[in-house]
Amino acid sequence: MLDSSLVQSTLTEALRTGGDFAEVFVEDRGSLGARLDDGRVEELTTSRDRGAGIRVIVGDSTGFAHTSDLTESGLHRAAATAAAMATAGKPGAVGSLGNPVGRSGPDVEILPEGIDKATKVELLRRADETARGIGDAITQVTARYSEGRRRILVANSEGDHATDDQVRTLFSVSTVATGDSGRQTGRETVGHTVGYELFDRFSVDEIAEKAARQALTKLEARPAPSGELPVVIARGSGGVLFHEACGHGLEADLVAKGASVFAGRIGERVAAPGVTLVDDGTMVGEWGRIAIDDEGRPAGRHVLIEDGVLTDYMWDHLRARAEGHRRTGNGRRQTYRHLPMVRMTNTFVENGAEDPQAIIAGTPRGVYVAKLGGGQVNTATGDFVFGMVEAYLIEDGRLTEPLRDANLIGNGPQVLLDIDALGNDFAMGPPGTCGKDGQGVPVGDGQPTLRVRRLTIGGTAA
Amino acid sequence: MNGDQLGSMARRLLGMATKGEQIEVYLARGRSTTVKAYDGEVESLKSGESHGAGVRVVTEGREGFASAGSLDPAILVEVLDEARSNAALSEPDPNVGLTGPDGVVAPSLELLDPDLDRVEDSERIRLALELEKRARSIDPRVTGVRTSIYSDGIGEVRVVSTEGIDTGSRAGTASMSVSPLAVDGEETQIGFASDAARHPRLLDPAEVAAEAVDRAVSMLGADKPASGRMTAVLDKRVVASFMALVGATLTGEMVRKGRSPFGDRLGEEIAVSGLNLVDDPTDPESLAAGIHDGEGLAVRRNVLIGGGVLERILHNSETARWAGTRSTGSAVRGSRSTPGVGLQAMRIEPGDVGFADMLARVGEGVYIRSVNGLHSGTNLISGDVSVGIQGHMIRDGALAEPVREATIATTLQRMLRELVMIGSDFEFLPGGTGSVTMAVDGIALSGR
Repeated sequence: MLDSSLVQSTLTEALRTGGDFAEVFVEDRGSLGARLDDGRVEELTTSRDRGAGIRVIVGDSTGFAHTSDLTESGLHRAAATAAAMATAGKPGAVGSLGNPVGRSGPDVEILPEGIDKATKVELLRRADETARGIGDAITQVTARYSEGRRRILVANSEGDHATDDQVRTLFSVSTVATGDSGRQTGRETVGHTVGYELFDRFSVDEIAEKAARQALTKLEARPAPSGELPVVIARGSGGVLFHEACGHGLEADLVAKGASVFAGRIGERVAAPGVTLVDDGTMVGEWGRIAIDDEGRPAGRHVLIEDGVLTDYMWDHLRARAEGHRRTGNGRRQTYRHLPMVRMTNTFVENGAEDPQAIIAGTPRGVYVAKLGGGQVNTATGDFVFGMVEAYLIEDGRLTEPLRDANLIGNGPQVLLDIDALGNDFAMGPPGTCGKDGQGVPVGDGQPTLRVRRLTIGGTAA
Repeated sequence: MNGDQLGSMARRLLGMATKGEQIEVYLARGRSTTVKAYDGEVESLKSGESHGAGVRVVTEGREGFASAGSLDPAILVEVLDEARSNAALSEPDPNVGLTGPDGVVAPSLELLDPDLDRVEDSERIRLALELEKRARSIDPRVTGVRTSIYSDGIGEVRVVSTEGIDTGSRAGTASMSVSPLAVDGEETQIGFASDAARHPRLLDPAEVAAEAVDRAVSMLGADKPASGRMTAVLDKRVVASFMALVGATLTGEMVRKGRSPFGDRLGEEIAVSGLNLVDDPTDPESLAAGIHDGEGLAVRRNVLIGGGVLERILHNSETARWAGTRSTGSAVRGSRSTPGVGLQAMRIEPGDVGFADMLARVGEGVYIRSVNGLHSGTNLISGDVSVGIQGHMIRDGALAEPVREATIATTLQRMLRELVMIGSDFEFLPGGTGSVTMAVDGIALSGR
């Protein structure tokens, strides 16, 4: 992506006036999106973006500058800007760069850019036709295709040198059903860190059918209850809850600032026995899959909570360096314009031993969440809110009526302790974008079917 | 920034249009600098320039778009080619097409303070450090600050098209925000407040720190409230969030696709008669003010809800063609996307009830100071709303114990009809929205 000698000279320039550490991050990304809406292929959009971000650390302070000018003069100018706070005068040491680690090319089966656009557009038409065919009450269908490729190079003054080539493909269908009770919506998304072979593994028809059925089902839905109830979360649909409500509190930068309920609790019981929470960037094909993080560290499998006991936090370069901890491959950034920070990759709760059907049968009254939407967490308290986009009432151990959209609210640390049943049917969930301090990065999450003793349902029914 | 460099780059691309081809070029560039302070030191000092180019091509009702994070002339030509190839694959629609000027004169506004570009890093650092220091010194229960941020930036935009659009603007803002942590025993609460203006001299670190600290310490000891149906008093920031959702349903895009719960209610009473919801980007008092919209048309003042009656739906040129009306100058976009339709500088006109008086008149209820999960908890198509809240119970007409881990549920349709009081405490929020405190009846509070 960038000649090694240019990378080396930029690092040298960045430390010319002092500084403890310098890093060059180069990124080249391209994407294609196509959307069908209201029966018509409305829009195809292509985007291309490349540039570099240069970081210089002096003591506890970081200087950072980014540029889209990848010439020697552009990079050296950015290096000088990033070095604004390094005024020691004595140049910092720059180690020599070895051969890069990580992926030097895409490891997908079919590179999406090799498939012509007309073929991709055809998928949208097919999804539209299938979804509308499910029922006359389906009044709107939106289908989206997107592909993205992100090539990165990271090198730093400690001699780290790494590259990655990340290819992601996504397809989603949203529907609106109209009936006597008003309008209801459905949505199904499939996305993986793979190429066009995504469509050998998943059928567009099936994605469209699921989205349509979800909206149709909700036409019959009754208002969700209000107040506390046991909640059973279907496999692969609630990992996002653990990501938001527990994962963020395990990020070492938040822990260091006292903005986490998990600060100072390593070795303590923080979850019910049997609960194991893992962050794993190496899961092939998953949305949060990376070969290296955005600081050049190879991704790894990292156990955060083991059998209910807190074992470790997640670390980036800055926190690991400050606290003498090993880096865990969790330093990520949205683009070259952003500073990296501690971020999750694929975060999941491991399998338990129970039969998922038995978990439902063992719940006299409660709510079954088949699909969770987005959410938000206050990391200082662990309080979270999540939308339920497909949910059913459990009565006498059976799923009965569908429920209208409502929020689930609870407290992350409390939920971990309140898991009273853990199924043996682990699955990863849909692709996610995790937001933190204004930066979004692709993440995956997953869990088996599980039950939380009680959560607050923010519905309108008494 | 020297001369009209962006304009000549853009016009060069227009010269490449073939017969029957419409081309629009949207170019943007800007620079920003952000300082984060932590524990009395500079945590980070970040600066950079951003470039962006978006090219839209329309041929026989087919639209294609491409963008790049670059202003390199060779890349712009590639972007144009990509947009052409994308247009060839989209399906035609008679409403699709670029607009020409429509005769509305753009407001003459100065959105860039000439001194903003002269702010030094040392001043930025001083402001970030001062904000942190102030936040740490107001209350002994504040043990630290998660982040204290000062940021400023200047952006320039140029829009030109083969249909005669040729406009542009420059704007700059300076902002600061702080998140203090308040600790009492085992409990930690985090607060937040921010301010924004066209120059740092107009920012007030003391007020930002005081509000952020109050938002953290006042929540200490918060508990889950009992469930029930009651009147809620909404903080003006919360009102702004809800009204932005209402505004998002009042766009030509939502109406055209049958997705707006108010789509067929034009001219009808959809809210209490005291509600006046206006989108006014021509008002320089709002930081969100502008000169032209994303298609280069002059911005204008649009009354969406007047005296409770739905008076207008926002349009860009495409949705206006569909509706048989004219654009309201409401195309919103960046260089990376095609123009959508949306609010630009919303304001809610004040009523006549002061804050203390409102609490007194409500008597028993809940004061909602902040909400979370707003986007996941709101369905703009059905209008269902279910969001997490933090705030205080209202007892005997005054604020009482703090509450957290609770939700409220209603629908946007109901909320508009049950606004029982509209506050007189009008203020422009940092994002440029003008808002007031309001009281809403019939809110289902879910807690214990």
